[in-house]
This record gives sequence, C-alpha cells and structure tokens, in this order.
Amino acid sequence: MNAIPLTDTRLAKVAARDVNVFYGQKHALKHVDLDIRANDVTALIGPSGCGKSTFLRCINRMNDLIENAQVTGALTLDGDNVYDKNVDVVQLRARVGMVFQKPNPFPKSIYDNVAYGPRIHGMARDQAELDEIVMGSLEKAGLLAEVKDRLEESGTGLSGGQQQRLCIARAIAVAPEVILMDEPCSALDPIATAKVEELIDELRENFTIVIVTHSMQQAARVSQRTAFFHLGELVEVGDTEQIFTNPQHPLTQGYITGRFG
Amino acid sequence: MENAATVVASSDAVAKRLKKRYAAERRFKALGFGAIALALGFLAILLVTILSNGLTAFVQTHVRLDVTFDAETLGVDPVKPSSDALASANYGGVIKNALGKAFPDVSGGQRRQLYKLVSTGADLPLRDMLMANPGLLGTTTSVWLTAGADVDMAMKGHVGREPGVEGNRLTDAQLGWLADLEKRGAVSKKFNTTLFTTGDSREPEQAGLWGAVVGSFFSLSITLLVCFPLGVATSVYLEEFAPKNKWTDLIEVNINNLAAVPSVVFGLLGLAIFLNFFGMPRSAPLVGGLVLALISLPTIIIAGRAAMKAVPPSIREAALGLGASKLQMVTDHVLPLSMPGILTGTILGMAHALGETAPLLMIGMVAFIVDIPASPMDPSAVLPVQVYLWADSPERAFVERTSAAIMVLLFFLAMMNLAAIMLRKKFERRW
Repeated sequence: MNAIPLTDTRLAKVAARDVNVFYGQKHALKHVDLDIRANDVTALIGPSGCGKSTFLRCINRMNDLIENAQVTGALTLDGDNVYDKNVDVVQLRARVGMVFQKPNPFPKSIYDNVAYGPRIHGMARDQAELDEIVMGSLEKAGLLAEVKDRLEESGTGLSGGQQQRLCIARAIAVAPEVILMDEPCSALDPIATAKVEELIDELRENFTIVIVTHSMQQAARVSQRTAFFHLGELVEVGDTEQIFTNPQHPLTQGYITGRFG
Repeated sequence: MENAATVVASSDAVAKRLKKRYAAERRFKALGFGAIALALGFLAILLVTILSNGLTAFVQTHVRLDVTFDAETLGVDPVKPSSDALASANYGGVIKNALGKAFPDVSGGQRRQLYKLVSTGADLPLRDMLMANPGLLGTTTSVWLTAGADVDMAMKGHVGREPGVEGNRLTDAQLGWLADLEKRGAVSKKFNTTLFTTGDSREPEQAGLWGAVVGSFFSLSITLLVCFPLGVATSVYLEEFAPKNKWTDLIEVNINNLAAVPSVVFGLLGLAIFLNFFGMPRSAPLVGGLVLALISLPTIIIAGRAAMKAVPPSIREAALGLGASKLQMVTDHVLPLSMPGILTGTILGMAHALGETAPLLMIGMVAFIVDIPASPMDPSAVLPVQVYLWADSPERAFVERTSAAIMVLLFFLAMMNLAAIMLRKKFERRW
C-alpha cells in the first residue's frame, strides 16, 4: 500500500512517512505512513482522540500553534517536506486551505470574508479582479444565488449551513491545492449537511480534499479513499468501497459495524 | 394502601422542599434589591449634598456702582494716556471713590469697612474695560462689580444676615449698607464666569477652575499618549506572541500586582525618577501625566488582555488557516474585535487617573498656582487637587466652590464614560 516512493508525486499529492506527533509527553500520532491522492476525497475516520484531526492539522502545520507540540517524520506536499526549515508557513497555508468544525466566518461582510485571503496574498490587482475572485468563489461554494443581493451584510448573520459554505468559499478564494476539512458538517442539520456534501463532490474536480468525519455514512458518501485511525495509529487505508465492504483489519470492521467507537 | 400513603407523604415532603426553595429564592432577591436600594440611597445623598452645597457657586453676587474713570485718581495723563499707564493705573481708587459717592455720609475709619463690600479683584474688569475703550476716560459709567466673598455668602443665605449670628463676618454697618444697596436695586446675582475662566486665587470670589481643568487636560493627554500605545502593545505581545513559560507567568503576576499598588507609591516613584533623576519640572502636567500613566498602565494591559482572550480562537484559526501572518491576524481581526473592550479599559483607566490625587501631591502638583498653564511644562493644578486645596481653605465661600469643583469633576467623568459608550457602540455596529 505504501509502496509509492516518496518522490513520486504523480499520485500522492500529500505523502506522510513515519509521522509522529507529540503533545508534551503524549504520543498522539504514531508512525503514520499515508498517501493522499490528487483530486480525491480522502476521509479520515476513527473514534474520538484517535489522531485523525491531529494528522489533518499536520498537513498545513496548524499544530505549530499548540504549545509544545512536536512533529517528527516526513510530510510532503508535491514532494517537498512541509516541515522543512525553508518552508514559509504562510505560503504553505495558502496552498493548503482549511475548513473548521464550527463555521467561523469573520464578523465582517460576506464580501470581505471571501476577499480577505486574496487581499492578504495580493492576488487581485484591482477591484474588478477581486470582485471576480469573490463571485467565482461564492459561485463554486454554491452560495452566490443565496447571498448575491446582500454581500455587504455580516457573514455571521447567515444560517449555519450557509456560514459553513461561506467558509468553504473563503478557503477556495485563495486557490489552494488541498482543502482540509475538520468535521465540516458536525454542527449542521441534515439538509445543510447534504448541501455541503454535494459541494465537496463538486470541488473534487479542482482540489484535493481531506475530510475528517465522525459519520461513517458521510465518509462512504463523499470519499474515494478512507483511512481508519485508532489510538494514534493508522490501522487501515484503502478505497472507500473496500474499507466499508471488505475491511482487512478486525478493528476497522469493529468500528464500521458499530461495535465500538 | 400503604403504597399510596408513602406517595402522599413523599409528595408532602416534596411540596415542603419546594416551598423552602422558593422562600430561599425570594430572600435572595430581596437581599439583592435591598443592596441596590441602599447603594442608590447613598448615591442620592451624595449628589443631593453636593448639589445643595455647590449649586450656588455657579452664581456670584455683583454690586452696581457708578464708576467715574477720573484721570487724576487713576494717575494717568487725561488727554493721551499710554497703554502701559492704563495697565498699571489705580483702579482700586476709582472703586473706592464710587463707593464713597454711593454712601457720602460714611467717613473716616468706617470707609475701610465700606470698601470690603466689593471684591479686591474687582479692579481687573475695570482695567479691561478702559483699555478696550480708552474713550471712557473722564466719563461715568454704571458697572456691575464682583461683591466681596462675605457679602456673597450673606446674599446667598449661607450665613445669617442678622448681626451677631454665627459665621456672619459682616459688621452692622456693612449689613446696613448692603440692605441700602438692595433697596436701590444695585445688588444682583449673575452667572459666575470667573469660576470657569480664571485660575486659583486666595479670594474665593476670584478663584476659578480653569487652571485646574487645563492642567487635568494636559495631564490626561500625556497619560493617554503614553498609556494607550504602550498598554495595547504589551497586551498584544503577551497575549498573542509571547511564549507561555515561567518568565511570562512572572511578568503577568507582576502586572496584576502593579494594578494593586497604592497610587501614592507611584507618586514617590515619579518623584525619585522623573524629578530627581531626570530633572523634570515640578508641579508640571508632564510629570503628572507620566505618573498617572504608570498607574493606569496595568489596568489597560489587564483589560486589553481580557478583551483579546474573549476573541474566539476560531477567528484566529480562520485567519491563520487562510495564510495570514500572525501580525495580520492581530491587526486585521483580534485588535478590531477586542477594541471595544480595550477602549472601555482605557477609559476606565483614564477616569481613574482623572480622579487620582495622592501621587500628584508627591510630585508637587499641590502648589498654589494662579496662572493658567500654557503647556504641559508649566506648573499647574489638576481638578482633584483643586478640590483638595479648596476643601482645605477656611473661608465659608470655598465650601460651595469645593462642591462646584466636585460637580465639574463628576461632569468630566460622566462625559468620558459617555464617550466610551458611544465609541463602543460605533465599533460594535461596524463589526
């Protein structure tokens, strides 16, 4: 499974080799080898505290923000180690966007929410270009029709599902290559969830997506590849269909059939 | 049967417990209400006392006299007086003449008492009048002159007007002349502009607050200029950038302790450092402002950190996740979102500084200063110190002026709080 060499970026957009994460004394992620293929949706599943979110946050180095978190091993994006000393974390996060568990729009207008990323990265030369990026991103996030008449209203005034799609629009406005989603639907109702899932499927065309989810149905619905984590270890990874119909490891089987979790 | 009985018994017990619980809640509410009522009562007593003592200070008794600008008395050249001569002319003599003319039958030793009806500082408006319009020289004009403080107190009813009443400093003759003047309609209470335009004075009727107001303004400006950038920068660094270790813990504990240090200690520190070591001027708003900045700084830092802590971490993550640098995260999101809290803290700190007295005594701001300060380097009083100085003065007329000064101080405090509220509202609407 992990036979793909580290340098082969044809298939593996993100490749992890022997990645360990320590929070002080706690060994939170143990020897993880995982390849994430370009333009796939990869679902990370597993019980709470299994390290799936930790792994996700390694990819755009959000773990840097946690005091005394330490990452060892190699984690590459297009073959370059993201933990290399020369890597600018700001540039990295422009390439690897993130959508969080709870919708967290800035308390600014809808327009400014989406325009913030392009502004700080200097992606638009003039207002017209910025407008184009904002409208395009809202369109791609399937939100434009709902908000085009009230772009100046606050982003926090939207419904939960709309807020999460606004956060997705905000993430794709900086044109990342990879989008990380940390349980993006856990705070949403089923209808909003369905919309976001639909959106994830559409976004796959242009982005590589890694999604952490507690809902196995969601993993089955949206992902092509699924990785199962347990107690900080990567237990099994494979095509989603195979994982859900024919899991190789007894722990995986136990988890997806609901015997523990 | 037995089963039903236990149910009834237990429901009885439940009802009893419920009743007890509600009674406890009612007691608690009553206590809370009582506490608020008590606090409001004390506030009302305070305000009523200050108002009843001080409202009369906003008017001042004036006496109308027919003043003759007689060149001989003034001691100036009757045809073409130089402005220097007009500036230093004997206006007191003019007033004495006018009083003598109003009461021609008073003579000898009694005249000295007669002159006390009018304030010793009443000559200044006459000088200003004549210098503005030299054509008045040699003419007679009817002028309202500031009355002496004792006349003022008697007219306002603060002391009795019957001879021999306690506190009455007017002689029988003076009371008689006053009654006479009243009969002629030559006594009137007018708005006390002196209170708002002049500096301190030994004569209550000539004493004003303007010097103290300007001094307070200069001091607080210095405080704000030093405190706000320093306090915000410190709280940003400690909250967003500093590593969390023993040293930053130590710094945090010390900042919290500094907020509790008695302000007089800061005054001594200012005396030792700003005056003795750096040789800055005594009694100057510059030094006062710096000392007040030392006092307000911990308050602002603590309020700033609390306001930044209240910004949800998800906002920080959102900004960083988009590739914002830490500084961009702070300036674009954390600071604007915490600004209402920081401003509230700052204005509370400034209000505290405005009312601070003890440390200013340490750096010599308790001096008797008549001139209005023109810059933060000039010696000056500040409002709370002016209150302290006037409260210490024995004259009855300073009692009402003390209350008036307190009212002015409270007015500025209320204005500052209003500004804080309005600023917060504005920021909150924007976000």
